[in-house]
Amino acid sequence: MNITRRRLLYLLPAAAIAWEFVEAGTPELAPNYKLTDHWYGMLIDVTKCIGCGSCVRACQNENGVPDGYFRTWVERYHIENWDDESPNVDSPDGGKLGFPPSKYTGGKNFFVPKLCNHCADSPCTQVCPVGATFVSPDGVVLVDSKYCVGCRYCIQACPYGCRFINPKTETAEKCTLCYHRLTKGLTTACVENCPTGTRQLADLKNPNDPIHEFLKTHSVQVLKPHLATRSKTFYYGLDGSVR
Amino acid sequence: MQIPVDGFMYPNEVELQWSVLIVLYPYLTGLVAGAFILASLERIFRVEAVKPTYRLALLTALAFLLVAPMPLQLHLGHPERSFEMYLTPHTTSAMAMFGFVYLWYLMGVLVLEIWLDFRKDIVLLSKSSTGLKKVIYKVLTLGSDNISPRALAIDDRVGYIITLIGIPSAFLLHGYVGFIFGSVKANPWWSTPLMPVVFLFSAMVSGIAMVMLLYMLLTWWRKQPIDMHCVDTIAQYLFYTFVIDFSLEMLDLIHRIYEADESFRSLDFMVHSRLYLSQIVIQIIMGTAVPLALLGITQVVHFSDYVRKRIYSTAGVLTMIGIFAMRWNVVIGGQLFSKSFLGYTTYKLDFVAREGLLPAIMLMILPFIFLWVLVKLLPPWGAHEHVSQAASAD
Repeated sequence: MNITRRRLLYLLPAAAIAWEFVEAGTPELAPNYKLTDHWYGMLIDVTKCIGCGSCVRACQNENGVPDGYFRTWVERYHIENWDDESPNVDSPDGGKLGFPPSKYTGGKNFFVPKLCNHCADSPCTQVCPVGATFVSPDGVVLVDSKYCVGCRYCIQACPYGCRFINPKTETAEKCTLCYHRLTKGLTTACVENCPTGTRQLADLKNPNDPIHEFLKTHSVQVLKPHLATRSKTFYYGLDGSVR
Repeated sequence: MQIPVDGFMYPNEVELQWSVLIVLYPYLTGLVAGAFILASLERIFRVEAVKPTYRLALLTALAFLLVAPMPLQLHLGHPERSFEMYLTPHTTSAMAMFGFVYLWYLMGVLVLEIWLDFRKDIVLLSKSSTGLKKVIYKVLTLGSDNISPRALAIDDRVGYIITLIGIPSAFLLHGYVGFIFGSVKANPWWSTPLMPVVFLFSAMVSGIAMVMLLYMLLTWWRKQPIDMHCVDTIAQYLFYTFVIDFSLEMLDLIHRIYEADESFRSLDFMVHSRLYLSQIVIQIIMGTAVPLALLGITQVVHFSDYVRKRIYSTAGVLTMIGIFAMRWNVVIGGQLFSKSFLGYTTYKLDFVAREGLLPAIMLMILPFIFLWVLVKLLPPWGAHEHVSQAASAD
């Protein structure tokens, strides 16, 4: 086929539109997706995390997270002997590029991936003065960036440090559990890119989800349980020193 | 630019979210509430001694109230959307109520009370002045130029009722600001039910101190004798309120030290390092202990008028600085430590930036400009008497 200049001009915009879908991994459409049929959370098996940072990179690529801000990050803990109160923690650039060799020898060492806890009683949605942030009927805490006034009260109210102000939009931003993918039947970018299966998306309303069997047979924990936020990010193998 | 961090902060926490502008917000509303409560002493509690400051306190409250929302507006990422708080307020949000509380206090209490109180002056001035001034006063009369004794008696009665409603409203205005901070359970530095009460009493302290200073300054400016009985009484109220405020703050501190919960080590370290200057030196020693001692000593030792004036001025200025430091330590201090309790960040204050020092200074000067205009327009020192004399001479 001969490609004339005129035909090329027609093709370029079409290719530009199509490229967005190529980048997104051509998700399957889920026309039967019903919000109320789902109640999402996440399961994190701390014992499997190797601190490679794939999840952080995947999240930044998928969601266009600006440099220096994080929808998800990985922390590295080192605990000397029994002193759970004073762990040494680092997370260079959110663990995006993995971690340099530890300067500590011995002791207890492990990685902890962090993300929005998608709390059922989320303090961030409680304080938003205009209701720009909300818990969706499928259990995901979202922000309507067209409505957010950028007052930053939600950032103050989040006990886990999961929110930030996007310097371009001047609105609050956070993990959406890759909502644009969820509703098309896909899993989150971080789950998909984790090489060790540390992260698992959990649909607590789906009786066939393996989460139910896991929760029945394992002891899990949430972060800062005393704050009673009904967090839906469950940790398996979480050390008491992690906050 | 890299922000210096000690220990570990969650990566999104390094940058502070609420700046010096948010320090100004409780400071300004505190001055409003304090000034109004001082005014109500005369109106409701019949403390005749403070009468010379009554109208000045009302105008001061209005000047500061007009500026109070400006730092908030300047701080918002999308100030053009702030009106949404009126249209679609989120009922579970403490902050969503700000607009309503503010508007109620501004229009329902302060403006109405000032108008009723100055109505006679406005009517007389609308008759005696000329040119643009006459038009302004004419508009300010809102078409009501009846200043018969009966009409003025009604004004006085309605004004009394408004002040009666105004006292709990002033408590609401500033107690509510304290609640915005005190209800954040994620932040142990803020999260205490004492916060609204501490805010309220510190507001009264700062407002009373400011009106006392303004009264002395303006009277000196006008080359009039300072009513020492009035200033003594204000200083006495300032002292008592300050004792309550300081006791509440100490109660909070002792409670934290004795309970020593999981956040204590982190907060304790912060007070001894990053907040040492602003909290221990400026707020507690310079801004509280010294003015309390100065005011206290005037209660037991009789000094000459000359010495008392200087003591009150020094105590007043130190009090104002101390309360500002208190707001700073609450707002900025509450963001310097990590919610992981494992690290500390640094607040970098720019000079020329949207949330920098320059706009903060301008916002602190602005209420005084507003007050100057208000005082020019509605002289609080009995312009109606001069006007009446002038009118009767005619």
